[in-house]
Amino acid sequence: MAEVTQLIHQYLRHNKKFPLVFCPGCGIGIVLGSLVRSVHALDIPKDDMVVVAGIGCSGRIAAYVDFNTVHATHGRALTLATGIKMASPHLRVLTVMGDGDALSIGGNHLIHAARRNIGVTALVVNNFIYGMTGGQCSPTTPFGSYTHTSPQGQMEKSFDVVEMARAAGANGVYRGSVFHAKALDGLVQRAMSRPGFNLVEVMTPCFTQYGRGNRFRSPVEMFQWLKDTMTPREVYEKLEDKTGKLPMGVFVEHDEPGLEQRHAAMRQALADKGGAGS
Amino acid sequence: MGKRVGLEVSLAVAEAVKLANVDVVSAYPITPQTHIVEELSVYVASGELDAEFIPVESEHSAMSAALGAAAAGARVYTATASQGLALMHEILFIVSGMRMPMVMTVANRALSAPISIWNDHGDIMAERDIGWIQIFAENGQEALDLTLCAFKIAEDKRVLLPMIVNIDGFTLSHVIEPVIIPDHAEVDAFLPPYQPVLKLDTQNPVTFGPVGVPEVYTEARKQLEQAVIGAKPVVDEVLAGFGAAFDRQYKLVEQNGKIGAKTLFVTMGSLGETCMTAVDELMAEGQDAGQTRIRLWRPFPEEEFLAACAGAEKLVVIDRALSPGAVCGPVASELKSLFYGRPGAPEIINVIAGLGGRDVTVREFKEMFALAGSGKLSGNYMMWGVESHAS
Repeated sequence: MAEVTQLIHQYLRHNKKFPLVFCPGCGIGIVLGSLVRSVHALDIPKDDMVVVAGIGCSGRIAAYVDFNTVHATHGRALTLATGIKMASPHLRVLTVMGDGDALSIGGNHLIHAARRNIGVTALVVNNFIYGMTGGQCSPTTPFGSYTHTSPQGQMEKSFDVVEMARAAGANGVYRGSVFHAKALDGLVQRAMSRPGFNLVEVMTPCFTQYGRGNRFRSPVEMFQWLKDTMTPREVYEKLEDKTGKLPMGVFVEHDEPGLEQRHAAMRQALADKGGAGS
Repeated sequence: MGKRVGLEVSLAVAEAVKLANVDVVSAYPITPQTHIVEELSVYVASGELDAEFIPVESEHSAMSAALGAAAAGARVYTATASQGLALMHEILFIVSGMRMPMVMTVANRALSAPISIWNDHGDIMAERDIGWIQIFAENGQEALDLTLCAFKIAEDKRVLLPMIVNIDGFTLSHVIEPVIIPDHAEVDAFLPPYQPVLKLDTQNPVTFGPVGVPEVYTEARKQLEQAVIGAKPVVDEVLAGFGAAFDRQYKLVEQNGKIGAKTLFVTMGSLGETCMTAVDELMAEGQDAGQTRIRLWRPFPEEEFLAACAGAEKLVVIDRALSPGAVCGPVASELKSLFYGRPGAPEIINVIAGLGGRDVTVREFKEMFALAGSGKLSGNYMMWGVESHAS
């Protein structure tokens, strides 16, 4: 335990106020830990890492980690990240967005980042709700569940982030959970080691805004729910009754070059022909 | 005649919207507007308000859906703040250009960067030219009352324009104040059901917002300008009618302190009440102090403001927004234009204060008064209370 704590300390800003801003029972601190462990495991120099966060609870991660970080506007983390990666392809660019951030106000950017296969890793921290603004329904709020803006139960269907990213053309698509932290580390590392656009959906509980309104009596029950619900994809596919289960693991892995690599190849081809761009 | 309760101002605004029997509410969450919209969603879900509640995917969509609903002939409401208002920017011009009545509360909040959830007027000052009627509330009762009036003004056949009611974020939106909630019957008598002049109707098809070629664009904008300018007497009339019905009087511009004082503060929004206390204390100390509070911001009530400032030699204009690189703050800029070339125009002293939630206290207003009196507030403007963070 002491060793892990020391590792985290190497990657956190010491002038920040601790404990973290997150509510008791929140899983975003585990996402933060997973990110740090992954960067460490991949031996990425801190100065090569760029974290771009949107607005929302998970966006606060950008303030804590000792990387190059940008706290962007709501929904626009991927567009900023696209600019950063195209201008400086050597940087390792990762975005942290919540479900409201990534799929609602920024949903258009998500599908286009996947389509153009920009070399960015996207962590989509899915807690089913707009937590920071006080608990309004989001595009992943499960059908029928209760929030401050769906007091009679959510009437809209929710997005399946994995299927959407797959359909939009992402190179890599993963789903993990903060209960399965070790497995999550593996997925984040895998997503960060590959070319093109790689997305990890991280299921995490929001007890304060979601759990209390939806018959969870404690954060522990929400973690228990994650434990019971999240099922390795290989197991999930063999289940006869998939009710109440959600697959996690690796869903898509293509090896197409990222957009910035295609641009580099174009420049190289022009240089080989003796044209501009050399 | 209504009931007096202690209520968070956001909920008082939601009460007003409910009393107005709106048909469609379309909104996206942003602090500090959320409580208004959450409360409305509860009213809709409980059946207290027979309306459609659309929790859209962004403010751009919120304003677009509101526009669509208005075009279909609905009475429409939305609320936002800060970045959310900025994201609506594109559609705001279209709503006024199409002459669609609707009401929006802006819980005024600073714009990024750096990120601030706290109050100033940077958000609305970036939207001065959108062609909406814009009014500022000073307290909770006013927020409720002006919201009711806004529907009546916007829908008046002489106006047909969207209207923003500004309430200062947190300072108003999140405080609990004693508020009189009118009876539904009283409101129904004051605000009849909306009857759109034009709407999407298969029996009488129309096209909203087609291309305006150079031969007609200027004329279309002229028509909008005339509508905005022409809204002023209607605002005045509706506020007077509200006063007669509910016994609470509101004017386009209010005066406080000594009438005809040589030095007047000029305020807009909730800071006006703090300033009133300062002016009261200054008067008690024998100072020649007064205050002019701008309630209606668009269309700007020129004659009323000039009359309220008659005899003043100095105006200390408080701006809660910075216009970097401009001659001065947006309110002061407006007033300098108004007074330019007028004989006996007062000196206009501009103080940029209260940005990003910074308090401006009674003591600070009195300091400003003293500095203005000794001629130490000069230049085009000064930013109040800037501290050096150099180490």
